[in-house]
This record gives sequence, structure tokens and C-alpha cells, in this order.
Amino acid sequence: MTKNILIIQRTAPYGSSLAREGIDYVLTSAAYDQNISLLFLGDGVFQLLANQNSKDIQLKNQLSALEVLPLYDVENLYVTEEDLTERNLQAENLGLKVNVISRASVHPLLSKQDHVVGF
Amino acid sequence: MNVSLLVMSEPYSSQSSLSALKYAKAALSAGHGIKRVFFYHNGAHTGSALQTPQQDETNIQQEWADLSNTHNLDLVICIAAALKRGNLTADEANRYDREQHNIHAPFELSGLGQLLDAQLNSDQLITFA
Repeated sequence: MTKNILIIQRTAPYGSSLAREGIDYVLTSAAYDQNISLLFLGDGVFQLLANQNSKDIQLKNQLSALEVLPLYDVENLYVTEEDLTERNLQAENLGLKVNVISRASVHPLLSKQDHVVGF
Repeated sequence: MNVSLLVMSEPYSSQSSLSALKYAKAALSAGHGIKRVFFYHNGAHTGSALQTPQQDETNIQQEWADLSNTHNLDLVICIAAALKRGNLTADEANRYDREQHNIHAPFELSGLGQLLDAQLNSDQLITFA
């Protein structure tokens, strides 16, 4: 039974393990053949920043964890234009190819889902 | 309605840990079903039987255990989140050669697939973060 599940990542990659544990749930859900979309909201966009080096803080690289998503057929990644702009970021600062949507498009994205969960 | 709870907040540090407990009691007394309570992230500390709050404070582990025994609640702690935080059942202590363990029935350790199953098979998944 394949369902559409949207997982929302709201936190910056380090400082809290929530970002990491959220991605673990993404990988688990994808491994069980669910149709996963992933929305990086607010400070969650920092998880996508290119050139992360987390070795000196003894944590695993969050971008490296995200880079395996295509292998799990998780290809619907979203950020909002407004979240990038408010953080002085542009799509080319990100280490993965994502869909940049307007904040107003988040509601229709949510409406398409069978289930939503946020980390 | 049939609901599941996702508890990610740490007992005694966060109000939402108690809110989850109160929500579960309210849902049950209103006649709703709870398919599963899944403890993840800092919520993985909820099942530790070594919690020793002061006498005038709520023992959160004990309250969940009592609620589970009364209503046959499924209390599942994410095994990866639990082990790294030092919350082990006797089986896991044996597997990883640890002398102590602090997780007992009705709490159990299992994988994130149990959270997916709860989400897919409940009308609502309510998050306490």
C-alpha cells in the first residue's frame, strides 16, 4: 500500500540530532516503498548547504546523508524561495538539486499528501 | 478515531512530554483508540525505569506503564534512538555486553518501521516535540 507522505525538516543540520533522525525516518519510509516528498522549511534549508564540513564537531555530514536519497527514489525535494531569501541564500548555494517553490505553494503541496510529519 | 502519538520530547525537560501523557489519557477517556505511542529522538528517554523524580513530581515512565497496563497500549521506543542514549532492554544489554538495563515491559524497543506502520494505519499521527 503506497501512500504519499510529506516529511518536513525544520531544523538546521547540527546543534540538535533532529535533522539526522528525521532523515532516518525518510530512509525507512522510502525503503518500505512509500512515495516520499521532503520539504526543507525555515532553518531546515541549511541542511542542504554545499561544502558542509562537520568532522571537527564530531558529527556525520548531513549533506552526505541527503545525497543517498535518489538511491531510495526520494526525488521530490522542496524549499521555498522566501526561506532562501530570508537567509541570504540562493539555489546555487545548495549541494543538491531541489525544487524551489513559493511559500504560497506549500499549502497545495500539503493538500496532495495522505500523511504529513515534521521533524 | 484511531490515533497514534509520536513523542520526541525529553521527560522532565519539556512540558510536551507531560502533554503527550495527558493527551493519551484524554483521547482514551473520550472513547478514541490509540494504535501506538512511538518514542523517538529525546523521547527515547521516556521508558527508563530508573527515573527517580521527587515524591511530589509525576513519574512519567510509571504513568505510561500504568496507562498501558490498563488500556493495553502499544509503547514502542525507537531502538536506534534508545541504544545510543543508554536505554536498553535486558536482551539488548546482553547483545551489546552491557551490565545494566533500564527498559522493561510494557515498553519495547523496535525499529522506525513501527512509526511508519503507526502513521499509515491511524487516522491521525499527533506529534509531541
